[in-house]
Amino acid sequence: MPEQYDSEGAVSSAGMGGAMDLAVTEAQTLERTPGGPEGTGPAGKPRSLWSDAWRDLRRNPVFIVSALVILFLVVISLWPSLIASGNPLKCDLAKAQEGSQPGHPFGYDGQGCDVYTRTVYGTRISISVGVLATLGVALLGSALGGLAGYFGGGWDSLMSRITDIFFAIPVVLGGLVLLSVVTSNTIWPVIGFIVLLGWTQVYRIARGSVITAKQNDYVHAARALGASDSRILLRHITPNAVAPVIVVSTIALGTYIALEATLSYLGVGLKPPTVSWGIDISAASPYIRNAPHMLLWPAGALAVTVLAFIMLGDAVRDALDPKLR
Amino acid sequence: MRGATHAKWAAGAAAVALAVTACGGGSSGSGGGDSSAVLSSSWGDPQNPLEPANTNEVQGGKVLDMIFRGLKRYDPKTGAAKDMLAEKIDTTDSQNFTVTVKSGWKFSNGEAVTAKSFVDAWNYGASLKNNQKNAYFFGYIEGYDKVHPETGKQTADTLSGLKVTGGQTFTVKLTQKFSTFPDTLGYAAFDPLPAAFFSDHAAWIKKPVGNGPYTVQSYTKGSKMSLRKWDGYPGTDKAQNGGVDLKVYTDNNTAYTDLMAGNLDLVDDVPAAQLKNVKNDLGDRYLNTPAGIIQTLAFPFYDPAWNKSGSEKVRKGLSMAINRKQITDTIFQKTRTPATDWTSPVLGTKGGFQDGLCGSSCEYNPSEAKKLVQEGGGLPGGQVKISYNADTGSHKEWVDAVCNSINNALGNDKACVGNPVGTFADFRSQITQKKMSGPFRAGWQMDYPLIQNFLQPLYYTNASSNDGHWSDKDFDKFVDQANAETDTAKAISLFQSAEKVVRDNMAAIPLWYQNGSAGWSDRLSNVALNPFSVPVYNEIKVG
Amino acid sequence: MGRYVVRRLLQMIPVFIGATLLIFLMVNVMGDPIAGLCGERQCDPATAAQLKKEFGLDKPVWQQYLTYMGNVFTGDFGTAFNGQKVTELMSTAFPVTIRLTIVAILFEIVIGITLGVVTGLRRGRPVDTSVLLFTLVVISVPTFVTGLLLQLLLGVEWGWIKPSVSTDATFGELIVPGLVLASVSLAYVTRLTRTSIAENRRSDYVRTAIAKGLPRQRVIVRHLLRNSLISVVTFIGTDIGALMGGAIVTERIFNIHGVGYQLYQGILRQNTQTVVGFVTVLVLVFLVANLLVDLLYAVLDPRIRYA
Repeated sequence: MPEQYDSEGAVSSAGMGGAMDLAVTEAQTLERTPGGPEGTGPAGKPRSLWSDAWRDLRRNPVFIVSALVILFLVVISLWPSLIASGNPLKCDLAKAQEGSQPGHPFGYDGQGCDVYTRTVYGTRISISVGVLATLGVALLGSALGGLAGYFGGGWDSLMSRITDIFFAIPVVLGGLVLLSVVTSNTIWPVIGFIVLLGWTQVYRIARGSVITAKQNDYVHAARALGASDSRILLRHITPNAVAPVIVVSTIALGTYIALEATLSYLGVGLKPPTVSWGIDISAASPYIRNAPHMLLWPAGALAVTVLAFIMLGDAVRDALDPKLR
Repeated sequence: MRGATHAKWAAGAAAVALAVTACGGGSSGSGGGDSSAVLSSSWGDPQNPLEPANTNEVQGGKVLDMIFRGLKRYDPKTGAAKDMLAEKIDTTDSQNFTVTVKSGWKFSNGEAVTAKSFVDAWNYGASLKNNQKNAYFFGYIEGYDKVHPETGKQTADTLSGLKVTGGQTFTVKLTQKFSTFPDTLGYAAFDPLPAAFFSDHAAWIKKPVGNGPYTVQSYTKGSKMSLRKWDGYPGTDKAQNGGVDLKVYTDNNTAYTDLMAGNLDLVDDVPAAQLKNVKNDLGDRYLNTPAGIIQTLAFPFYDPAWNKSGSEKVRKGLSMAINRKQITDTIFQKTRTPATDWTSPVLGTKGGFQDGLCGSSCEYNPSEAKKLVQEGGGLPGGQVKISYNADTGSHKEWVDAVCNSINNALGNDKACVGNPVGTFADFRSQITQKKMSGPFRAGWQMDYPLIQNFLQPLYYTNASSNDGHWSDKDFDKFVDQANAETDTAKAISLFQSAEKVVRDNMAAIPLWYQNGSAGWSDRLSNVALNPFSVPVYNEIKVG
Repeated sequence: MGRYVVRRLLQMIPVFIGATLLIFLMVNVMGDPIAGLCGERQCDPATAAQLKKEFGLDKPVWQQYLTYMGNVFTGDFGTAFNGQKVTELMSTAFPVTIRLTIVAILFEIVIGITLGVVTGLRRGRPVDTSVLLFTLVVISVPTFVTGLLLQLLLGVEWGWIKPSVSTDATFGELIVPGLVLASVSLAYVTRLTRTSIAENRRSDYVRTAIAKGLPRQRVIVRHLLRNSLISVVTFIGTDIGALMGGAIVTERIFNIHGVGYQLYQGILRQNTQTVVGFVTVLVLVFLVANLLVDLLYAVLDPRIRYA
């Protein structure tokens, strides 16, 4: 019976807006992907899954476009003043809700702040939340999942029950409860929350791929040669198990950015004076009839960013999944 | 009766005046409109059970105002306390009162309203074991310390100061002189209760029974309440429509959207975000009238940083850094009026409202503001955080605007930030536990239209709503004197002296007086809001 | 099969206890709920203490949890702060959300699978590319933006639907909210079906079936679709729990008085009884849905036999 159909491996999730579900399900095909770093290409020179994938990606227009968009977003999140000269916190109530005008292409929001400046500065927070939360989820999830998959036994059963518990709690609900008591106005509570409720997704992928990799002949061989657990885990299993985790993480990154906005919409996300798309979208949503520009620009920026990350993840998955070639 | 041009409105006005015979008997709605048609209105799920002494917010109050009538009723227009079920309330010493209840009144289940209905209800409301959140309203009545001790077990079930002396008469003995006590009796906590309330409490909670112009037809918990006109209502302020369906909305922007789409008849709190277009959307089907609500910023006086010499200068400086006019015009589209004292214009100058009492301290003056803050030793910690609850109302919008105004005035874009607290419960519990580190939102909606209600609960030492724990001997002294004063005019001027103490210390920054606002569909006419910003449902005409 | 079901049911017990305990602890972190009940003033200490006692809030958390679970097993989910029985709230809220979920699932099945099959069979063609791009856009725009836009356009500007749902919440009124709720999952179902179909199309049994000369229609329905639907069924099955618990945003936008609304209200008022009660039921729904999905495998995929 394939691992995929085991009760523990069955795809089950109650959240992340469903986005992770797909990532999990699609990535499961990868768990069964055979082959290892020792594969040899037709030209005789050693070829790995990675170099194959890279060759594919370089020629994939979807990858190129999304990578360029992400590069642009990262650059302006590091140096927002490159394209926006104003101060996002400088607002003049007299100009509240005014539309587009020279020097202020996106108009003003309900507080009379420049929407263009705030949208540009908001990039930093959204990207930070996405990247940091994904890093946390990937590290925590794959460490716990890898160990559980490798050692199995009681620890594995216990962890599987614990992940079931986390899956059973709707994400938005958990966010409302946990974040409503937070008083800090930094981005850390939101990131911490996403990691707390998100790690289980990566955990399952990592666990599954480690179990698959563990059964490969070269691992048995290494063990017979007397390699230690840590060496087998790091040198032989990790390189094979990491691909599915990367795929899931890239797609998840986009959904985390959207999740931050949803939490802000419900009033429990980030707090001012943090400049974030989520906060601005949330503040603008009651004005959707009177001043739609206040909503559409940050929402558009958010959608483009999420789209770029999901498309990147998509392209990476296609490249890493030999079955679809 | 008023001019003939407003014939349609006249019947409603007559109902208020309580003097005209036009509305007697069973015939009503003589001034046009379909007296059997039902209107729908926006509502919020009440926070507490719908018992009169347990309801302390507008949404539950709306229902109580429809299904109950008390001894007194605040005139929907002027706010003056007028006799409703009270035949007369006599006193010679402002401490012992004899109440005579009008005969002929009934609850909608047929029970007669007697002196006992009031005494039983008040005893129930005061008794600790019933968990009534408005129990403190009975705190002036003798024996309250026995039925509701601050600590320990209660030693009595009934208030010794209440005695039924006849079918329709009872006496009230207070622990101290309280000249305006009769005027507080219009508050819902003092409503009478039928015997059915006590004999089958669970059934009553499911479907409350009262003595007002409406009866509860059905109540779907957390979703909808249908109230229908009670044909047997003995009062003169009979319902002019067939009933009201109250629909629960989580977000009043949705309620407004529904009104626009013809899916709802009445929205009684038009959200700030929609105000800009309200004239376009509704034309003259929109109302914006003063209500007894004032918004202020309170300060944590338990924090030494806000309670040292010179910090009153910082508070005055902050007050002068707030451009109230611009904020009320832009964010609130004139549904708030910049505050110039600590009470409310609905009191009227006779009731103690003093326009301009705050003086220059409440006027926008960036340079003076900057100077005062510097003289007072600067902002504690270099930054003020204005705390507010983010779950209800449009608080975020105005707090952000106040902060932007302060930042612009002080020339520092980090001088002020908003500090949203996720839930109202958490906000209140942080306040109760004295965890505030900077100014915080303090809104006050009057319980009854008396200047006492705007000052004593908020600024008297250790009063129930003195959230900043401000304390001043002079203030307390003036309030004590005012309460003991039997002459109303003198009492009011003593309260005003107390208010000046608040001003000189800037115990709280007055922001603006809040108006009640309402928008309605073209099916309705004669819509009005009372001074508590609750629609006067019984006067609304449909069709 | 029977033993497998029993084993799964036994495994549910610790998960159920863990999940309810977790949510119980989370709600308790939110702090003192009594303070919010007295309006803009301090509750008098005597009443506050009395209320705490009545709701059992003066006891240690573990004891509160035990008492609560004990009551739940006797069918008593407690009382909300406004005196309403939580079971009563459930009996009005769950039917509404179940209807909403049914509408959403129907959208996923009908539109999602159809688009998935069409694109899967026409991989790389313009129709495939445009549907794929469209699903990505749907995924990228947060649900609340989609919801608000649809409400504004369909409800206010064009007047095709009522902008909010009435208390009765009939199926007709729930079509647009159901679509909004389903939108992201819908996109995933499409993509999942497409991948699955494309993958299985090249499998040996499909090639064999075609080689045998079976009609195309029969190959697609009997061989290709049946095998491709396994992962889709998994997704939809597990999505039921997510949809019911995740309807907070949709129900808020369209003013639907369902589970999400009660949860939102319960959280704002820190009403432990309501929140824990509703989540307990949601956790049960989630666990049972998962079990059913796993059992469905056996029906769809003859290779799987549960021992």
